[in-house]
Amino acid sequence: MGRAERGAGRVSEDRVLLAHGDGGELMAELIERVFVSRLGTGDPPGDDSARLEASGRLAFTTDAFVVDPIFFPGGDIGKLAVCGTVNDLAAAGARPLALSAGFILEEGLLFSDLERVVDSMAAAARESGTRVICGDTKVVPRGGADQIYITTSGVGEVPAGVEVSGAGARPGDVVIVSGSLGDHGLAVLSRREGLEFESPIVSDCAPLAGLVGELLAACSGVHVLRDPTRGGLATVLNEIASQSQATIELEESAVPVGESVAAACELLGLDPLYAANEGKMVVVIPEPEAEAALSALRRHPLGEQASAIGRVLEGGEPRGGEPPGGEARVLLRTVLGTHRILDRHVGEQMPRIC
Amino acid sequence: MCLAVPMKVIEIEGPMAQVEESGVRRSARVDLVEGIKVGDYVIVHAGIAIDRLEPEEAAETLKLFAELFPSEMGAVEADGAAGRAEKS
Amino acid sequence: MEQLAALRNPELVRRLAQELRGLAVPAATLMEVCGTHTVAIARHGLREALPDGVRLIAGPGCPVCVTPQEEIDWFLALGGLEGVTLATFGDMVRVPGSERSLEQARAEGAEVLVVYSPMDAVEAAARRPERQVVFFGIGFETTAPAVALAVMEARDRGLRNFSVLCAHKLIPPAMMALLESEIAVDGFICPGHVSVIIGSQAYLPVSRRGKPCVVTGFEAVDVLRAVQMLLTQIIEGRSEVEVEYRRAVRPQGNIKAQEALARTFRVVDARWRGLGEIPGSGYELAEEFAEFDATKRFDIELPPAKEPVGCRCGDVLRGAIEPSECGLFGKACTPRNPVGACMVSSEGACQAHYRYRGTSWDVRNEEQDG
Repeated sequence: MGRAERGAGRVSEDRVLLAHGDGGELMAELIERVFVSRLGTGDPPGDDSARLEASGRLAFTTDAFVVDPIFFPGGDIGKLAVCGTVNDLAAAGARPLALSAGFILEEGLLFSDLERVVDSMAAAARESGTRVICGDTKVVPRGGADQIYITTSGVGEVPAGVEVSGAGARPGDVVIVSGSLGDHGLAVLSRREGLEFESPIVSDCAPLAGLVGELLAACSGVHVLRDPTRGGLATVLNEIASQSQATIELEESAVPVGESVAAACELLGLDPLYAANEGKMVVVIPEPEAEAALSALRRHPLGEQASAIGRVLEGGEPRGGEPPGGEARVLLRTVLGTHRILDRHVGEQMPRIC
Repeated sequence: MCLAVPMKVIEIEGPMAQVEESGVRRSARVDLVEGIKVGDYVIVHAGIAIDRLEPEEAAETLKLFAELFPSEMGAVEADGAAGRAEKS
Repeated sequence: MEQLAALRNPELVRRLAQELRGLAVPAATLMEVCGTHTVAIARHGLREALPDGVRLIAGPGCPVCVTPQEEIDWFLALGGLEGVTLATFGDMVRVPGSERSLEQARAEGAEVLVVYSPMDAVEAAARRPERQVVFFGIGFETTAPAVALAVMEARDRGLRNFSVLCAHKLIPPAMMALLESEIAVDGFICPGHVSVIIGSQAYLPVSRRGKPCVVTGFEAVDVLRAVQMLLTQIIEGRSEVEVEYRRAVRPQGNIKAQEALARTFRVVDARWRGLGEIPGSGYELAEEFAEFDATKRFDIELPPAKEPVGCRCGDVLRGAIEPSECGLFGKACTPRNPVGACMVSSEGACQAHYRYRGTSWDVRNEEQDG
């Protein structure tokens, strides 16, 4: 790579410089060479805002991604960003229409890394049947960001008749998860500094719009869809239980966890119920349609291990009153048949000796 | 206090070994285990093997349970997971 | 290991639990000494499997919880020094010192490295000679050998920028101290992995004082069997040390590990949160390794440690009260806003009681269960 020549505006450095964010020629070159060439132009090209045609109800979501390391087994921050937003739209039952992407780049970021990340975004967008149609880039001085942060927003269209919401869980509903838990969280941890071990754990990062589409085509009565990302299944079930003012019972032996993930969790003292997932969906559906839902999910490559893992309970009060610390929203039925309460997790999940 | 995991020794190089469990691999110090060899099972805590795990003793424990609860251990054998446990 | 899979068979666990409930026993109070046992019991809801009249109380087996305030304060104060990197197991990050926790100190600019193994801290020191890496040596006899190896490694590599704040504590002296106190315990569930190192014979002084001991592992089956063995001893009027965890524990323990410990550390009196000073219950780095002793390398003056008002961690650790008997439990003190170490630590009795709180929820599919 040769040195940049001022005036010729050739982007030949191998690292991102502050000047790449200053709005001038170097920035225009960066945008063209890195983003437009891979993600396509805005729509209309060159305008400050993209335009969309849409009818019916829209879903709108935004997410920020700061994962470290930016490359991990099974994906990278770019793939994560697109899938994360597409999946949030899918959790509303929405088909993705378009995405936006904002980038904060750290001075010194390797161009090759940046290009690799944007390549992943383009591939994930294509796989989801959508595009990034607008975006923004800023460069901060070294130390001001950890290599690259990405914020994505997404707009989607909710088909008529689809009413899914976290508040929709009803007594008697079955709780289903589309596959095994903990793959993403452990894949990332396995690469992070200080936890050097070889494991075949690969992030499950994947866009789920197709999977959800199949499910909604086969089942008309889906009540809740939610993707269990940070905080894992336990957190998401607590959210649903809280929004729906319901109590959920989870069957410990029914929760699918890959062998390697289980082993890695034991080694590090982590609980797979709290580990992040980036390619899984939780489905809450009335009992009569549960079988149909499982079949629809299992027919799809991303839902082959779909399992029924619990139910929304009929009303009732715990004997002996409320335990300290408030309502028991999510209960775990252990292998012994005893119950314990599954709270949201507090604090980071860190490797422990105890 | 004692989070420790049984793992199998795959490779030994001086005081270090590669240990593995269900596809998860780590390196661990094994120089505190007398007569360590490849194929041994060890208990790994905070990056070191604190001692060997004895499969024969584990089998003895299973045998004991088989004597106490023959019907449940029948279920265990059907799994194929307790090859060495003998039914009384 | 295939035998381990067999030990986890749910049928076996259920059957053993059933057996246990059917046992006709006098009332008894058993203490599980090890924090990992406290968690295993809570996680599997094993208390519900106990026969009526049998009580399980948690002892001082959580290394984070028993580390006294002044040791935590000392470690945190080091983080304020220029060029110091604090290295620690993840367990310590949220534990509150008198003024703040490690987590808060990190947010204020202290450099904190969370490691899985003390070896990782040694590597960090080797990689960054411009930093002074101080490792917080907490843990019992299970963990001390790893720290011993790390110190020897640092010495062999000639590292001048690695040191250890040695806060290790020893289990048998603590058990003897508990026997001296007024706590009424009828038998002990002894820690599995501490015993791998020290050997089951280490508990003979306890059993000779009339308290049965069973050394057990961490599967539900192990713990249930240990309770059964203890109750059987009590019924038969015996007081012995028995080993349930035979696949890992020998009477004499791991001699090589014991030798490494004897070479690297010397036994000293130590202060425990809740139990006060117990003679011969802690480690200090031996003379040969004094250069790696953080207390000798750094000069820190601290005001006296402050225990939070109303915190009864000490009483919980002694087994004198249940967590729910502390006025702060579940109200001012929760995992989200912990006041004391017993609520912060994943093995603290308070956190175990809170997070894994059992419920007698009346659930339909209890009938479905065989």
